[in-house]
Amino acid sequence: MSDYNFAYLDEQTKRMIRRAILKGVAVPGYQVPFASREMPMPYGWGTGGVQVTAACLTPEDTLKVIDQGADDTTNAVSIRKFFEKTADVAVTEKTAEATIIQTRHRIPEVTLTEDQILVYQVPMPEPLRFLEPSEVETRKMHALQDYGLMHVKLYEDIARHGEIATAYSYPVMVEDRYVMSPSPIPKFDNPKLESAALQLFGAGREQRIYAVPPFTKVVSLDFDDYPFDPSKAPHPCALCAAEDSYLDEVITDDQGTRMFVCSDTDFCADRRAAQEGEAA
Amino acid sequence: MTPLLDVKDLTKTYGGRVGCTDVSFRLYPGEVLGIVGESGSGKSTLLNCLAGHLPPDRGQVIFDTRAEGPRDVLTMSEPERRMLGRTDWAFVHQNPRDGLRMRISAGGNVGERLMAVGARHYGEIRAQATDWLGRVEISETRIDDRPSAFSGGMQQRLQIARNLVTGPRLVFMDEPTGGLDVSVQARLLDLIRGLVRRMGLSAIVVTHDLAVVRLLADRLMVMKDGHVIETGLTDQVLDDPQAPYTQLLVSSVLQV
Ligand SMILES: [Zn+2]
Repeated sequence: MSDYNFAYLDEQTKRMIRRAILKGVAVPGYQVPFASREMPMPYGWGTGGVQVTAACLTPEDTLKVIDQGADDTTNAVSIRKFFEKTADVAVTEKTAEATIIQTRHRIPEVTLTEDQILVYQVPMPEPLRFLEPSEVETRKMHALQDYGLMHVKLYEDIARHGEIATAYSYPVMVEDRYVMSPSPIPKFDNPKLESAALQLFGAGREQRIYAVPPFTKVVSLDFDDYPFDPSKAPHPCALCAAEDSYLDEVITDDQGTRMFVCSDTDFCADRRAAQEGEAA
Repeated sequence: MTPLLDVKDLTKTYGGRVGCTDVSFRLYPGEVLGIVGESGSGKSTLLNCLAGHLPPDRGQVIFDTRAEGPRDVLTMSEPERRMLGRTDWAFVHQNPRDGLRMRISAGGNVGERLMAVGARHYGEIRAQATDWLGRVEISETRIDDRPSAFSGGMQQRLQIARNLVTGPRLVFMDEPTGGLDVSVQARLLDLIRGLVRRMGLSAIVVTHDLAVVRLLADRLMVMKDGHVIETGLTDQVLDDPQAPYTQLLVSSVLQV
């Protein structure tokens, strides 16, 4: 018998979070303030995402949690255990079987469907913060669609590095209205932000929730003569030979031998299983 | 001829204390108006009310907009005012740090207004920034340096370039040469005068320094205790001041 309310949060708090989510869905890309609750884990461990997941979960859901694409990292394991314990929901590592996927730093390789919700853990929701420290001013800039500064940041990148060097948290324009941070996913994942799945973003410490509803237009910011380039490492996965997935560099022995493998562990494992099936 | 700016009965008080009272004037296209007075005369309050940085208690600031002709800026929506602030209007602060982004390169500073109004071609933005650095006598080789590495005079010139790049029709200047060495001031004034004449700019220059208005302004407004006490052509006011206070002001500068 559990000592907790379903999914830890009390019903009133979940209703408050759901209202913020609904507002976020109604105004794609707009950061909705919400009263973030203390969670039994430190900030930086995805308390924003956990609260959004808690507000969305039903007993029938199947939950997947990934961190940098992997299901087996400490962060992913502890969040998954947290919901197993407090909500007693089914969990999975299979992207296609999950109804809710909580993620940090990646979008799964497998195309998501209308029956899925992707919940992002967001450390810094404000894409303008790097250039404008005042919260009052950034809110005004969003309200007035005063986004010249965003391109100043990209201009500075090109001036300094010869290209847009922003590789993570690459800013996007949502539905021609709000500039949004996609959380620190690699820019490789940006094209996947236009999705059939509902995407929800939760920032615990900053107390913001925002959303990209299914089939919303999401455009990565760029210049006409320096178009957005999702880029990827120029080699296939060393394990499954995928040429279209995002790769992590891993060191495989004490001699510092390196190889590039899919960061999405479920995607990679699936491909290898299929290849073994064919070989057999 | 339609005035570019038609100011009527502008009044601002701070909890009973007078900032400026019933100020009315017209500024015609291509004209430079100097507003002089000591500190506390209300000239800075007036400038900030005109430029939309301070809400006045009453009055009108009617600007001849490109699209819709004369409109009271004070009744515009904030998006309209902001758009004006980054297209047809410019504001040069006394302290360049207030008007520049110190963590952004010189090129980025000049390009910001272009990008704010929709410029999306890096090469063209950079070409315009390069051109403008040249016009304010900053070497092209400094385009990727941050303004924090610039001298005070260079920072002020960069601020001017950043403001003028969108071809504004009205420039507000608040003590544009304040805080600079005398020799640097002279060069900056020359530069501003050249730009104003070449671009046919209309400007309102607030200063306590009569040498600045002597060089830049076509007409003068003298302020004291929140009131305009004398107006006229610059040479006329400086060479033959009518109000006793103006006489005092002019004579004190002659002693310098
Ligand atoms: Zn792989």
